[in-house]
Amino acid sequence: MYKIVRKESLNPTVTLMEIEAPFVARKAEPGQFIILRTSEDGERIPLTVAGYNREKGTVTIIYQIVGGTTMKLDHMNVGDCLHDFVGPLGKKTHVEGLKKVAVVGGGVGCAIALPVAQKLHELGCEVHSFIGFRSKDLVILEKEFKEASTKMTIMTDDGSYGEKGVVTMPLKAAIEAGENYDEVIAIGPIIMMKFVVATTKPFNVPTVVSMNPIMIDGTGMCGGCRLTVGGKTKFACVDGPEFDGFEVDFDEAMSRGRSYAEFEQHAREKACNLFKEAK
Amino acid sequence: MPNMSKVKNPMPCQDPKVRAHNFKEVTTGYTEEMAKDEAARCLQCKNPFCMAGCPVHIHIPEFIALVAEGKFEEAYQVIHKSSALPAVCGRVCPQESQCEGKCIRGKMGDPVGIGRLERFVADYHNEHSTAKPEVPASNGHKVAVVGSGPAGLTCAGDLAQLGYEVTIFEALHTAGGVLVYGIPEFRLPKAIVRKEIEGLKAMGVKVETNMVIGKVISIDELMQEYGFEAVFVGSGAGLPKFMGIPGENLKGVFSANEILTRSNLMKAYLPDCDTPIKQSKNVAIVGGGNVAMDAARTALRLGAENVYIVYRRGMEELPARKEEVEHAEEEGIIFKTLNNPVEILGDEQGWVKGMKVIKMELGEPDASGRRRPVEVPGSEYVLDVDCVIMSLGTNPNPLIKSTTPGLDTNPHGGIIVSEESAMSSKDGVFAGGDAVTGAATVILAMGAGKTAAAGIHEYIQNKAK
Repeated sequence: MYKIVRKESLNPTVTLMEIEAPFVARKAEPGQFIILRTSEDGERIPLTVAGYNREKGTVTIIYQIVGGTTMKLDHMNVGDCLHDFVGPLGKKTHVEGLKKVAVVGGGVGCAIALPVAQKLHELGCEVHSFIGFRSKDLVILEKEFKEASTKMTIMTDDGSYGEKGVVTMPLKAAIEAGENYDEVIAIGPIIMMKFVVATTKPFNVPTVVSMNPIMIDGTGMCGGCRLTVGGKTKFACVDGPEFDGFEVDFDEAMSRGRSYAEFEQHAREKACNLFKEAK
Repeated sequence: MPNMSKVKNPMPCQDPKVRAHNFKEVTTGYTEEMAKDEAARCLQCKNPFCMAGCPVHIHIPEFIALVAEGKFEEAYQVIHKSSALPAVCGRVCPQESQCEGKCIRGKMGDPVGIGRLERFVADYHNEHSTAKPEVPASNGHKVAVVGSGPAGLTCAGDLAQLGYEVTIFEALHTAGGVLVYGIPEFRLPKAIVRKEIEGLKAMGVKVETNMVIGKVISIDELMQEYGFEAVFVGSGAGLPKFMGIPGENLKGVFSANEILTRSNLMKAYLPDCDTPIKQSKNVAIVGGGNVAMDAARTALRLGAENVYIVYRRGMEELPARKEEVEHAEEEGIIFKTLNNPVEILGDEQGWVKGMKVIKMELGEPDASGRRRPVEVPGSEYVLDVDCVIMSLGTNPNPLIKSTTPGLDTNPHGGIIVSEESAMSSKDGVFAGGDAVTGAATVILAMGAGKTAAAGIHEYIQNKAK
């Protein structure tokens, strides 16, 4: 069993959990993901690794409460055990040899971008972070990003914190001002990653994006997580989750991501009612 | 006197109209009387061809003679000597191309219903036997088995019998591999698989789920850090194949593996399940193997009104087990043979709204000896479907290969092994099942698991000398 050893609310809809999973903790690297189930007969959900402690044997996950399963997860507490926790899955972020990188994070995607920034920082790479949120009360991991970055820019859609606007604005300005990034790594909502690529492509700055499609087994068996990359079908679980942003068909990924929207809505309501009754 | 009836005792089944709407097992199995009557059809050949047709060489005439005498438990013991999973094989083996295909009675009428008798005997044992399996004394040697499908379970069972300390590592949260995620409940009840696995555990086999070998622990680490003297890789086939036609990534297009995993492993067919599965009205399954039949019949049970099997060759060429094709036809699956998809059509929201199909005819035989299907020019039409399930086989999973230096694979990605010992190019690493051959059958994987267990035994005993 996989015990929850720490739980921290980062903002009203985003929570951090540290899970006892010694085997996964030994091997996990930034960019990889895990799959968990809260209970027997529960759904398998993939979450990207937000951190790990090899000595303590723990793995950190950060999730946004979006569906039935994350709602159930959020009702679990320190000392409770997850039924299943498997990983690390997928390929790790390529960080070797990079000297100067722009790390772009959007919303809860910042949780996944952070370990990448930290790893790069640790390796002596110059890290410029551009992190964006809808508003001030949704800002997460600001301090951690600051520590892992040479330069950091915070954006909010409504201007309630940092600068007003979207992350592509300062990114474009930085590139235009002559910052020669070896690479841009963008992690966040698909629409954000699509616009980051639209920003970097004219300047031909290599751009890596982290995809988070619908997935079941996560080991290359079901094919549910397939994407079109460079005109070819790729599987996010074994070929990714990170891909060359210039090659990803974002519109298709967005459409496929909505396959179960109705079901999810229903599952959310069901879980809501369940927890209301419990109270 | 043998029973000279030319026809097999028919298998009792749920009514097709009823079973098309439930997930309960389709066939209900022989009664004791039927089993004895069918067993009496066996001629007890001195040189039994049926045994030569069995990949694990079950002593078929011997067990059938015991069934005829009503000694069912004794019959089970005969089968169990050669097969670790009789209740499974009696249900899913392609008997018509194996034991029964070789049966002398088949020359003049039906062959003996060997598969049905095997299943009867195994079910009888499961229902009546209370004997605990003997736990063999440990010989002190540790072996790791990667994957808990038919190859892994067989290999683990044989090694445990010989006294090895066996640990099975399974990537998913439930053990059983394709027996659990692939083959549907209505064809192989999961309780049977669980029982077989409990049997192995009772013999001392350890099962570690949620362990993706190659990711969480490498093969080298299993041997160097965890003290396993040999490793058997039975990780199965992997990535589902797609056709490469336009529209394949529309919403409503799935691999058969995905639909079956959602329904079987995740139990999405149950109304209160957390895992979603799409409810479709008109479903096309592309392909003609056992997996295609399973996907089609699952779609029907999930509530589809029209389910089509779209296959580019003819009815005769369908690679599925004959019984599955018959059951599918009885249930109302529509066979569009000599048809091949050329494009999947979508609506503005990106959902499937139809599939453009071209008619085929059979030409000259190809490399596989089957007549090559060729397109009939100008015969395209649109099949009205809102869901397409691709069941075209799989490509090997890259996980173990890419993390195990020194493990050679063939151009298709299958692990290369010695035919006699099942050892790979890497010392102490053995492999079998779909990981070696690409998608094949349960019984072939079991045969490979057996070969590997013998190979591992020899390898470790030689090393110990």
